[in-house]
Amino acid sequence: MVGILEDKDRIFTNLYGFHDWGLEGAKQRGCWNATKDILSCGRDWIITNMKNSGLRGRGGAGFNTGLKWSFMPKEVKDRPHYLVVNADESEPGTCKDREIMRHDPHLFIEGCLIASFAMQAHACYIYIRGEYVREREIMEDAVKQAYEARLIGKANVHGWDFDVYIHHGGGAYICGEETALLESLEGKKGQPRLKPPFPAGAGLYGCPTTVNNVESIAVVGTILRRGADWFAGFGRPNNTGTKLMCVSGHVNQPCNVEEAMSIPLKQLLEDHCGGVRGGWGNLKAIIPGGSSVPMIPAEQCETALMDFDSLRDLKSGLGTAAVIVMDKSTDLIKAIARIAYFYKHESCGQCTPCREGTGWMWRVMERMAAGTAEMREIDMLLEVTTQVEGHTICALGDAAAWPIQGLFRHFRPEVEARISQYRSGRPHVQGATLIAAE
Amino acid sequence: MSVRRLAKEQPPSFAFSPDSMEKVNFWLGKYPEHRKQSASIPLLWLVQKQEGWVSEPAIRLVAEMLSVPVIRIYEVATFYTMFMLEPVGSAALIQVCGTTPCALRGANDLIEICKTEIGPKSHLSADGLFTWEEVECLGACCNAPMAAINDYYYEDLTPESFRQIIADFRAGKKPAPGSYAGRRSSEPAGGAQTLSDASLYDGSRAQPLAKIPNAPEPEPKPEPVA
Repeated sequence: MVGILEDKDRIFTNLYGFHDWGLEGAKQRGCWNATKDILSCGRDWIITNMKNSGLRGRGGAGFNTGLKWSFMPKEVKDRPHYLVVNADESEPGTCKDREIMRHDPHLFIEGCLIASFAMQAHACYIYIRGEYVREREIMEDAVKQAYEARLIGKANVHGWDFDVYIHHGGGAYICGEETALLESLEGKKGQPRLKPPFPAGAGLYGCPTTVNNVESIAVVGTILRRGADWFAGFGRPNNTGTKLMCVSGHVNQPCNVEEAMSIPLKQLLEDHCGGVRGGWGNLKAIIPGGSSVPMIPAEQCETALMDFDSLRDLKSGLGTAAVIVMDKSTDLIKAIARIAYFYKHESCGQCTPCREGTGWMWRVMERMAAGTAEMREIDMLLEVTTQVEGHTICALGDAAAWPIQGLFRHFRPEVEARISQYRSGRPHVQGATLIAAE
Repeated sequence: MSVRRLAKEQPPSFAFSPDSMEKVNFWLGKYPEHRKQSASIPLLWLVQKQEGWVSEPAIRLVAEMLSVPVIRIYEVATFYTMFMLEPVGSAALIQVCGTTPCALRGANDLIEICKTEIGPKSHLSADGLFTWEEVECLGACCNAPMAAINDYYYEDLTPESFRQIIADFRAGKKPAPGSYAGRRSSEPAGGAQTLSDASLYDGSRAQPLAKIPNAPEPEPKPEPVA
């Protein structure tokens, strides 16, 4: 057996698309089984069991999903409730929701129904990133199948009137932030809103709304069918369950795989991905949770576990469990400069520290990668990252600052060497270095 | 942020074709009354599907259809980078992912190929057949490097296969999207190592459950929610 998790405990049994994604195939694999019985247990039971399962949101922040649902108003008053699913998957390194949507769409739709029932929502919007055209087509087809089989819709077999609408975006990373997503869903520019009010109070169209990640919703049906204790049995306390992990970069076989939480990072790479290119000794650093989290150097990868707490203790984070592996041939400074460019490109422009800061940080990082920066600029750059971090409406400012901080935390000598190397052999006359830099 | 402006030369008018109009109505039906502005992105996308790009008269028409000021649609069209504001190549719009996970696996080589075979980025090529641009993460990192060509993903590319794809489009062919390393999707190269248990697929999972685990007995007791 490879890895920790056994096949019988995997939730996404059609992760790779070797089987039929349609309704018949999905039912054969256990989807839509006993959904009515689950709903008949009542919404409080569903929320309590989701809390007991310990499921933490799979979109990156890791907030307890059951707890989030419980923030919705207990009674529907004059405004309808909405469930909005965040399928705007754009975190560099992450490609798990795509596989759910194109290969296991019915698990996802079933999860939408159960979650909406628990929150007394009659309508659910699924916001798919614009570039996922094929995935959107499949989702539209799957929703149509579910309507035709009267699994959802008005007067469906489950006894809870429920509509699913597919919406799509226009290629903006920022729309993965929940309030920016709601703005975008209302047809505006995707610029995050100030919180409070939180979406549970005033979200889509000013109505109570919960925004969840695709993976958080798609696992709901199976968790309730097999029991909260089953799900809570994987991983360490506070980090329970199974998780889709996306491994990319310098491994022999990059892949998506569903694994138990808290699997050792080294085992994940060696068992499922054929190991690091050129052997474990060739490893330089790993970004363990998508581009927003700081990198960890090879020696820490020996002991790191793939869960929220272990990676937090290493001053990194689990994020979306998108592992980006970099071997010794990697120019780390250039890799981080490219990530800095990503954030510069994706900043929505609303808050000044982020709009100006991301561009500034990117330009300095490019000069560091070339070696033309000055030594004193390293500390200046780090100071600027702390002034962007935490001073913006949403977390994009933080996400832009952390990778740079992670680079300097572990590889500062490398940047200094690059600068020194560029300087050596050039005349140290005032003005001359400036000319050389141009 | 990136600075995005409308093209200097604009067509005199725009109208949805009957086909597109059907789709427009499909999208408008998804949102509550008085919330039709929600359809702004899908409608602009339909404009782009019809014409290849988003023009100024189209922005005006969409604003009129949704009963919002023109500036509201203008700002959406310039905010979202998927909307092309200039005419694009008639054979292919090539969007190469250049973000770090793809760059680690050789996306920069693909970008070099685009430069030599097509020309400067984000502009129509001299022969009018191609437009290429470098885009940010497209969310297919396990199949890096990759490019989205005319909306669909071409994955696990090598310089050789990418050159061949461009040549095929140039010759008027339509190469199939998907992995160019023989993978089905994002399983490890050489075949999946998991999900081989036959009992997952033989229908045993579809048997009626005797009981939902932890189900309340005999009937649901409402518990206070924290």
